[in-house]
Amino acid sequence: MSDTVASTVQPAAVEEVGEARSLGQDAWRSLRSNAMFWSAVLLIGLFVLMSIWPSLFTKTDPSFGNISNVRATPSAEHWFGTDTQGYDIYARTIYGARASILVGVLASLTTLLLGGVIGVVSGFYGRWLDALLSRITDIFYAIPLILGGILFMASFPNGPNSNYFIVVGKVVLVLTVFGWPTIARLMRSSVLQVKPNEYVLAARALGASPWRIIRSHILPNALAPAIVVATINLGVFIVVEATLSFLGIGLTPPAISWGVAISDALSSIRTYPHVLFFPSLFLSLAVLAFILLGDAVRDAFDPKSR
Amino acid sequence: MGKYIVRRLLQMIPVVLGATFIIFAMVFALPGDPTSGKCGERPCSAEYVAKFREEHNLNDPLLIQYGKYLGKFAQGDLGTNYYGIPVKEDLAKRYTITGRLAIMAIAFETFIGILAGVLAGVRKGRFVDNLVTVSTLFVISIPVFVIGVFLQYLFGIKWGIFPATVPSLEASTFSLILPAFVLGSLSVAYVARLTRTNLVENLRADYVRTAVAKGLTKRRAVGVHTLRNSLIPVVTFIGADFGALLGGAIVTERIFNIQGVGGYIWKGINSRDGIAVVSTVTVLVIVYLLVNLLVDLLYGVLDPRISHE
Repeated sequence: MSDTVASTVQPAAVEEVGEARSLGQDAWRSLRSNAMFWSAVLLIGLFVLMSIWPSLFTKTDPSFGNISNVRATPSAEHWFGTDTQGYDIYARTIYGARASILVGVLASLTTLLLGGVIGVVSGFYGRWLDALLSRITDIFYAIPLILGGILFMASFPNGPNSNYFIVVGKVVLVLTVFGWPTIARLMRSSVLQVKPNEYVLAARALGASPWRIIRSHILPNALAPAIVVATINLGVFIVVEATLSFLGIGLTPPAISWGVAISDALSSIRTYPHVLFFPSLFLSLAVLAFILLGDAVRDAFDPKSR
Repeated sequence: MGKYIVRRLLQMIPVVLGATFIIFAMVFALPGDPTSGKCGERPCSAEYVAKFREEHNLNDPLLIQYGKYLGKFAQGDLGTNYYGIPVKEDLAKRYTITGRLAIMAIAFETFIGILAGVLAGVRKGRFVDNLVTVSTLFVISIPVFVIGVFLQYLFGIKWGIFPATVPSLEASTFSLILPAFVLGSLSVAYVARLTRTNLVENLRADYVRTAVAKGLTKRRAVGVHTLRNSLIPVVTFIGADFGALLGGAIVTERIFNIQGVGGYIWKGINSRDGIAVVSTVTVLVIVYLLVNLLVDLLYGVLDPRISHE
C-alpha cells in the first residue's frame, strides 16, 4: 500500500525539483549568466592570444629602438608613444604579454600539481606520511614568497645572453618552490573533509584501489577550492614576477616583459608618466581578469552564496 | 594552554631548522667572491683571502658550514658580517624602524580594512559596497611597487605632504605614514574583502535573526554578535600575511630609502654577505612563526568554543 502512495506522489515531486544536476553542472549554469565571468574570460582570451601570436596585433618590431625619437607622447604612428630607448611602447606591451602570461600560467599549473599531489597524499594516507609532509609544507610556508624569490634569483642570476625560456623557467621554478604550500594545505584539508564520507567507505569496502578512490571519489569532490585559489594565485604570480623584475633580478633585458618595462619607466615617472602607464595598465588588467575569474568560479561552486 | 604553547614551540624547531637550511643553501650558492673589492684597487693578497675564507668557514662543504653556523646560532651568536661587525649589532640598530613600519601597516590593515569591510557588508549591494569592492580590486591588481612610487611622487614630491624618503633611523611616526600605508595597501584590500564576505555570510545566520528579533539595535547585533564571529578568518589572514609584509618590506624600504631590515637583506645579497643574509632571514622566519602562534591563541579570545586545552 505504501508503494501506491509513493508512486502517486513521486512524479509530481520530481517535476518540482527539476532534473538532477551535479555540482559542476550547477556551477556552470550560474556561471553562464554571469557577465563578470564572461568579461574575465574575454580578457584572458585576448591576453593568451597576444602571448601566442603577438604579430596579430602589431606589425612593429619591438626590439627596434629609434634613439632619435625617445619618450615621445602617444601619436598616430606610435599609439602608446615611445620609451626611454626609443622602442614603440605599444609593440613592447603586446610582446610583453608572453612573459607574464607564461610565468603566471606555468607557475599556477606547477603549484597546483605539486601542492595537489602532496596535499592529497598527506590527507589520504595520513599517519607518519602526513606528519612528514605537513612539516615539509610548514618549512616552505615559513619562507615568504618574495623573500625566497629574491634570494633564489640573486643566487642564480641570469647571464647577459641567457636563453629566454631558461630565464622564464627560473622564475617559474622559484614561484613553484615557494608557492606550493598554500595549495597543499588547502588540498589536504578538503581531502580530510571528503574522506570520511560513506561513498568513500563503500568504495573501499568494495575493494577499490587507493588510486581509484582518489581518482573517482576524492578528487572530483576536493579539487574545486584548489583550482579557485590557483586561478587567483595566477594574478599574484604575475605581480611577483613584476616585483622581481623591478628589483632587477626577475626577467632581465633583452627579455621583453611588463615588469621590465614598468621598472624602466619608474625612474622617469615625474617627467614621462605615459611610459609607465601603458605596461602598468595591461599588467593590472591581466591580474584583474584572473582574480575576477577565480571569484566567479568560487561563487558558482559555493552553494552558500546563492 | 601552557601545554599547547610548549607543543607548538617544539613543533617550530624542525620548521626553523629546515627553513634556515634552505636559506643557507641558497646563500651558499650566491655567485661572486666576497673578498673581491675589499682591498681597494688591487686584488687581495693570497694570505688575506686564505685567512678570510678560514675565518668564515668558506672552505668547508655546505653541511659542515651549516652545522658550524647552527652551533653558534643556538648560543645566540648571529655571527659577524664580512665587514667584521656583529650581525646582532646591525640588526639591533635596524629592527626598530622595520618593526614600526610593520606595526603601522598592520594598524592600517585592521582599522581601514575592517571598517571598509563592515561598511560594505552591512550595506550589501548599495553604493558603499560597490565602492569598496571596486576600489579594493583596483588596489589588488596594481603591483605594490607601482603604488609606492606613484604615491611617493604624488604626496612626497608633487604636493610635499609627506617626506619622499625616510633615510633616518630615528624617523618620526609622521614620516613613516606613507611607507606604512604603501606596505599595507594590498593587505588592506584583502582584509576589507574578507571581512565583507564573512560578515555577509554570517548576517544570514539564525542567531543574528534571533538577536534582532529580541529587540537588539542593529549596531549591537552587527558589532557584537556578527562581527566577532566573522573576524576569525580575518585574524588568520593578518597573521599569515605578516610574512608577506616582511618580504614586502624589502621593496618598500628600497622605494623610500629606509635603512631597515629589508634594506639590510638587500644590501647583504648584493655584497655577497652570506652570514648577514642568513641570520637576518632566520630571525624574520622565527618572528613570523611566533606571530602565527599568537594568532592561534587569539582564536580562543574571539570564539570561546575554540580552546587549546
